[in-house]
Amino acid sequence: MRNSSIFKRLDWISILIYLLLVLIGWANIYSAVYDESHSSIIDLSQKYGKQLIWIGAALLLAFVILIIDSKFYSSFAYVLYAIGILLLIAVLIFGVEINASKSWFQFGTFRMQPVEFTKITVCLALAQAMSSRFFSLNDTNSIIKIGIILFLPIFLIFIQNDTGSALVFFAFIFVLYREGISKELFFTGFVLIVLFLLAMLTNLEILLLVVLIASVVIYIISNIRAIQAQIMLYLFLLYSSLSLIFYFYSDIFTDKLLLLIIINITLNLLTMLILYFTSRLKIILLYFVILFGVSGFVLSVDYIFNKILQPHQQNRITEFLGITDDPLGIGYNVNQSKIAIGSGGLTGKGFLQGTQTKYNFVPEQSTDFIFCTIGEEWGLLGSLSVIFLYTFLILRIIFRSEKQRSSFSRIYGYGAASILFFHVAVNIGMTIGLTPVVGIPLPFLSYGGSSLWAFTILLFIFIKLDSDRTENLR
Amino acid sequence: MKKYDNRKYYISAIILFFILTIIFKLINLQIFDESLKISAENNSQRRITEYPARGLIYDRNGNLMVYNEAAYDLMLIPKKMQEFDTLSLCRDLNIDISDFYTRLEKCISYSRFRPSVFYKQITAQQYSVLQEHLFKYPGFFVQNRTLRKYTSSIAAHILGDIGEIDKETLEKNPYYTGGDYIGKSGVEKYYENELRGKKGVKIFLVDVHNNIQGSYMNGKYDTVAIPGKDLYLTIDSTLQAYGERLMKNKVGSIVAIDPNNGEILALVSSPTYDPQLLVGRNRGNNYDSLLNARSKPLINRAISSTYPPGSIFKMAQALVGLQEGVLNPNTYYPCDVSLVGCHGHPPAQGVARAIQYSCNPYFYMVFRSLVQRRIEKSIFKDSRIGLQMWKDKITGLGFDKAFDIGLPGVNKGLIPGPDYYDRKYGKYRWAFSTIYSLGIGQGEVLVSPLQMANFCAIIANRGYYYNPHIVKQIGTDSVDRKNYMKIFTPFDRKHFEVIIEGMDYAVNEDYGTGRNAIISGMRVCGKTGTAQNPHGKDHSVFIAFAPKDEPRIAIAVYVENAGFGGVWAAPIARLMIEKYLLDSIIDSDLEKRIIETIIDAKQ
Repeated sequence: MRNSSIFKRLDWISILIYLLLVLIGWANIYSAVYDESHSSIIDLSQKYGKQLIWIGAALLLAFVILIIDSKFYSSFAYVLYAIGILLLIAVLIFGVEINASKSWFQFGTFRMQPVEFTKITVCLALAQAMSSRFFSLNDTNSIIKIGIILFLPIFLIFIQNDTGSALVFFAFIFVLYREGISKELFFTGFVLIVLFLLAMLTNLEILLLVVLIASVVIYIISNIRAIQAQIMLYLFLLYSSLSLIFYFYSDIFTDKLLLLIIINITLNLLTMLILYFTSRLKIILLYFVILFGVSGFVLSVDYIFNKILQPHQQNRITEFLGITDDPLGIGYNVNQSKIAIGSGGLTGKGFLQGTQTKYNFVPEQSTDFIFCTIGEEWGLLGSLSVIFLYTFLILRIIFRSEKQRSSFSRIYGYGAASILFFHVAVNIGMTIGLTPVVGIPLPFLSYGGSSLWAFTILLFIFIKLDSDRTENLR
Repeated sequence: MKKYDNRKYYISAIILFFILTIIFKLINLQIFDESLKISAENNSQRRITEYPARGLIYDRNGNLMVYNEAAYDLMLIPKKMQEFDTLSLCRDLNIDISDFYTRLEKCISYSRFRPSVFYKQITAQQYSVLQEHLFKYPGFFVQNRTLRKYTSSIAAHILGDIGEIDKETLEKNPYYTGGDYIGKSGVEKYYENELRGKKGVKIFLVDVHNNIQGSYMNGKYDTVAIPGKDLYLTIDSTLQAYGERLMKNKVGSIVAIDPNNGEILALVSSPTYDPQLLVGRNRGNNYDSLLNARSKPLINRAISSTYPPGSIFKMAQALVGLQEGVLNPNTYYPCDVSLVGCHGHPPAQGVARAIQYSCNPYFYMVFRSLVQRRIEKSIFKDSRIGLQMWKDKITGLGFDKAFDIGLPGVNKGLIPGPDYYDRKYGKYRWAFSTIYSLGIGQGEVLVSPLQMANFCAIIANRGYYYNPHIVKQIGTDSVDRKNYMKIFTPFDRKHFEVIIEGMDYAVNEDYGTGRNAIISGMRVCGKTGTAQNPHGKDHSVFIAFAPKDEPRIAIAVYVENAGFGGVWAAPIARLMIEKYLLDSIIDSDLEKRIIETIIDAKQ
């Protein structure tokens, strides 16, 4: 049984989703750059032609990964990590600068971004370190080790001026939480990362999100049980749905902000009133502090950024954050992207019928903004299908990770899921104006060899580990 | 690490929460946010509207009256505007910078996403300069339009004008876009749908630099502009021009109808104006000054103004009396001036003579016998019944009825009935003595010149008429059949012969009131009227048809404040009939005198 063909033990559902996503990606790249004068599918001068080559190579890579012994990944984790770090240093010296970030190697016409692969090696090293018998999150040495593994690449990537990619590493906080970091630390860190991302966007969605996040945080932290918990949950749901309804139909009201604040205050007072009669003072205080602390943080970031800083200082910050410099005025990219997706409607304009993405209204339409093409040509149904595939894949990785007998496999799985999730959420978020425009690709869909290969490797290492879960016991 | 097992649920919940936020936002973007869809269309599609040529307008003899001339409007889509050399544009258009911003704001206030007119009707020289610079002004483009041109300055009220569509109409009618031209009055308004044709649209795909990439869907959604249909009026432009000349410096109307088919040969309203004034860049100013002028030249008096008809109404009274049997052709009433004032004339032996002499007491008695039928004892109740019977009959002659002639603004006039007087005096508080002046066409009764002419046509036809109309043919379509169907009035033919006899005497025999309309060699039948005007000098009225036996023209002339009907209205009618039937004027001195006379209308 143990020697039964590896192909029988593979998680074919994940592989199927992977293939579907890659196919969807290729079709949309084809559509995004489609031009009647180049209608041949295999045209190596065009992006869709090249992407076919990348896909072929990626499938080959996947096959190689599956036949390599699964012990290789844990045994060579640190070696691979070291290679990854060396590549990051090398790119600083030998790399070329594209879009203001020096993160690319160039060999002739072929370009490669080492950071894509570093994500895998860091994930492997993290899994290796945390699965060690002597590892404990209460042990200072262990914490330092984790800190170095994570922050060394973050530091190097920041120097490359590729902030978007650096932010990805913060996604590993999910891994740390799963492996036992205290929940207070996790949620504080988590909320800070989210706020850090959102604070640069100054629209009402943030405010809404902040309060929603805060509510979840309170709900989880406050540890209240039974009837109180249920009341909290109902209030949270009521609050969320009300806010969303009012937000969508807020054209009727002249002042959205005022409205949100009124709803906010009313519901919070109600919550506190109920808590006062049912629970302890400590929880009420905590609720109060976190809610207003969080809102205050966002508002002050917003205020400082817009009112106090000079324009050139603002530019420096947006540049630092890797928010893409837009040539046609503030928010041009996001605007165009929203127009493209919005024009798709429920069912979209149909394959090759998109007008916004095709005629270069949306920048980076085949790489970072590939989701626009999906939104425009396949509509809400198409975009929801893609999101569904991603969600299903990510959750599947998480739940299969839990089945692993080896900690290494489990931790690696969580790491892979976190990276995928961060990419999907931030990439789609930026095309619809929810997150800042940081240049990170959409896994499996975006045009480009390095990112496709990196995500393929990331996923297939887990598939390989998963297929051997009965063998790997550590 | 069993104790952290449940954390996978929290992690999954957080992931789902983010995914749900994204989904909510996507639903909002893709389903609810309409503004994105509009800007998407403008973003990538450039719709070039092709305006069809507006239909031409001809008179009944195929003489061209209205045609088109090319003009250019500078259009702007504010959303597409980017930084550019505003001063250069100002120089090209010869406007100053503050004017530029006023225009810009006006465009923005209409819509950010839709094109609106930035500068109307650019001259040919300006256009040639602007055309070269246009690529430097993103968001601006030139739209070809057509302006109306007139072969002569006549018939302004009939032809009407076109002007930029107003916001209200725009909201109601999705065919139009801002800056479109639409008929505002006259046949231009009434026949807007026929004249305008159908706009065509060519959709091109443009890239971010506004360069055309090709046609959208291979032109699947392009439509070809369909030119408007030409209108052939019933108007005889020679007669119309002559009528306008005769009415120069007078206030009033002439309506001439061919009784054989209801075609309106001339529809003169004076004072009039040059239709060319309402075309082009000065339209606004000219329109305002015409609108505010004391003589109200914009009003089409021939169809929109109503007056007391005066003595011409006596023939209607006589017809009702004969038909109702309260009168016979030989009925005699003495000229009793104690009832109502009159002018000296021989005794009126019968209806025809009464018409000839226009005897006021005679028709006072006729109307009294119509109103006081002695059905009820109370004179109040009796008058109510009688007046209703009278009204039912007399409206059969086209009074109190708005004819659908093919022009907007037709006034139906007024034939007061019992309800009217009940409102005015209270029920059973009025009787014949209150309303007797109706009998001689005074008092509350109001009739438009068009109705007078049509009434005359009914008499000429001995009892029937055709719906009076202004358009003979639309494009190559056949004529509107309903305009060429006889409409019979509830009066016997024999009664008309009596009336016609009276009208013949009135023009052609001694003591006739309309002797100024006499034409040698032709039997003209006519009737004068002098409508008392409480505000000033009496109005002069005359209706006539000719020739007596085979009428080819029925005409009504109404001259405000001109005094006795026989003096001014009758000779004008005579000249019109001569012009139309003989194509020459017998008495050129009379013509000269009429044209040169100024009759000042006092309000």
